[in-house]
Amino acid sequence: MEINTTQYKRCELVKVSGRVDSFTAPKLGDVLNEITQNGKYNLVLEMSDVEYVSSAGLRVMIDVQKICKQLNKGEVVLVKVPKRIFETLELAGFVPLFRFFDNITEAVGNF
Amino acid sequence: MSDKIIKNLKHTLTIPAQFKNLNKVRGFVKKFARKAGFSEADSYKIQLAVDEACSNIIEHAYTGGNTGEIVCGCDYNDEELIIQLVDFGQSFDPERVESPNLDSSLKDRKTGGLGLYFIHQLMDEVNFTIVPNADSLKKPGYVNRPGNVLIMVKHRPKPV
Repeated sequence: MEINTTQYKRCELVKVSGRVDSFTAPKLGDVLNEITQNGKYNLVLEMSDVEYVSSAGLRVMIDVQKICKQLNKGEVVLVKVPKRIFETLELAGFVPLFRFFDNITEAVGNF
Repeated sequence: MSDKIIKNLKHTLTIPAQFKNLNKVRGFVKKFARKAGFSEADSYKIQLAVDEACSNIIEHAYTGGNTGEIVCGCDYNDEELIIQLVDFGQSFDPERVESPNLDSSLKDRKTGGLGLYFIHQLMDEVNFTIVPNADSLKKPGYVNRPGNVLIMVKHRPKPV
């Protein structure tokens, strides 16, 4: 798994690549927590190169969404979610808890 | 279902029960899923189920620094792919795992139990048993320890 972050004026873009499982998910959690601990709560998760996500990865995503949406501080939105990953989100009933975008410009521009 | 317990497995992979080895187990079952004629999409589901099961073993059966191994066995016949996971950690009662509430609000959403829920959704048959001689499932001649056996079955696609 690889994570690259880019700062925008109103949000933080986090590009995740590779496999997010019980081994790698804690690293993703650390990166996302560091961002929110720095007072940034608008996050764009770019997932086009994510090959695999298990429930451990979903837990990290929902935990950071809870932090961001608490007291309406901000929101995590998802961009370019591959079909299989979307199906896993559906299986977990997570689809209504996120907004989805097809491209980065739209996602970043929405904040 | 317990008649599906596979003895003297031809195809096994034994891994130390650590998260870093999940990738190896997924690769192992992927190979058999493809050989058994499953599509990429179904192979992904099988890998996800096995990953969730192994993650649960590592997290719950071998809890508190109690390390051990996971023996993954695969086999298939004309009708189905059978995956058997054996561990020697703490036994667990799947009946006591609360089902996740998939409709609750974000604030109340709990993520525990999601792994087990996934396993049941992704596979056609799931069975947990405790056997007194789990080593014999691995290789004959081993000292016999009790172990937990999880069998997951996926029906093979019908030829068109």
